[in-house]
Amino acid sequence: MNEDKLKIGGHEFNSRFILGSGKYSMKLIEAAIKYAGAEIITLAVRRANTKENENILDYIPKGITLLPNTSGARNADEAVRIARLAKALGCGDFVKIEIMRDSKYLLPDNYETIKATEILANEGFIVMPYMYPDLNVARDLVNAGAATIMPLASPIGSNKGLATKDFIQILIDEIDLPIIVDAGIGRPSQACEAMEMGAAAIMSNTALATAGNLPAMAEAFKNAIEAGRKAYLAGLGRVLTRGASASDPLTGFLRD
Amino acid sequence: MVKINGEERDAAGQTITEYLEAANYNPKVIVVEQNGEIVSKEQYNDIKIQDGDVIEVVSFMGGG
Repeated sequence: MNEDKLKIGGHEFNSRFILGSGKYSMKLIEAAIKYAGAEIITLAVRRANTKENENILDYIPKGITLLPNTSGARNADEAVRIARLAKALGCGDFVKIEIMRDSKYLLPDNYETIKATEILANEGFIVMPYMYPDLNVARDLVNAGAATIMPLASPIGSNKGLATKDFIQILIDEIDLPIIVDAGIGRPSQACEAMEMGAAAIMSNTALATAGNLPAMAEAFKNAIEAGRKAYLAGLGRVLTRGASASDPLTGFLRD
Repeated sequence: MVKINGEERDAAGQTITEYLEAANYNPKVIVVEQNGEIVSKEQYNDIKIQDGDVIEVVSFMGGG
């Protein structure tokens, strides 16, 4: 089990929990990382505040991999622009592509995401595209040079869980890249279920940010993700379509 | 006039370094884009903001 690493673009990680940093106090980031056991944290790129405001990088411990997203992008060109700005900010080569035209459901634009993936992969980025789980699109993303595929479980920030479960399973079964379930996972049990299915990792933000106790929820997610991973590697027991199968000996009953 | 982060500013003629200091930005945590092109930090002392420029000053924020 010790050799069970998450591999993304030539980098190896022990943790399979990717943490968001939005919608909560910067002062909680260090505790969130610690209790989540996270090694990757996502960030957004926005118009800068002046010096009176805090700098989020001061709150992220050294050695944590920064994963900037392209949130705010409405098409491939805007995503490419944000990714280049993020790289110029000195965060490394990772980028999570997020492209949305729809502001009600915040659903990703798969077509524009494929275009941005191709451009950024050719520029040397380690591209992690957020997408609606569609097998054909996932294959196009592989061909475009994606390092992982990040299908949504349900709409961003909804905490509704694995609404797209069957389609994520298809990606896990058919795509030879890490499938990282991103968006909509609201409970540790849902994270565990996705990991049991064979997901490579879980990305979560809102489930923690809206929890009663953020660090405690981070730890609950960490344990659930580890449990799900172990169950997947162990191989789940089979399910009977009908009937029962005794767990006890069928001989030696105390009766005539 | 110059448009900086979406707002009209009277910054034409200043170098990028001069503007960032006057506006109280920490140059270590920001990146400047001038008319769609990223400006390298080594050029902040040399490049002057021109009338009609569109400038963006960006940094990392919390996000998911």
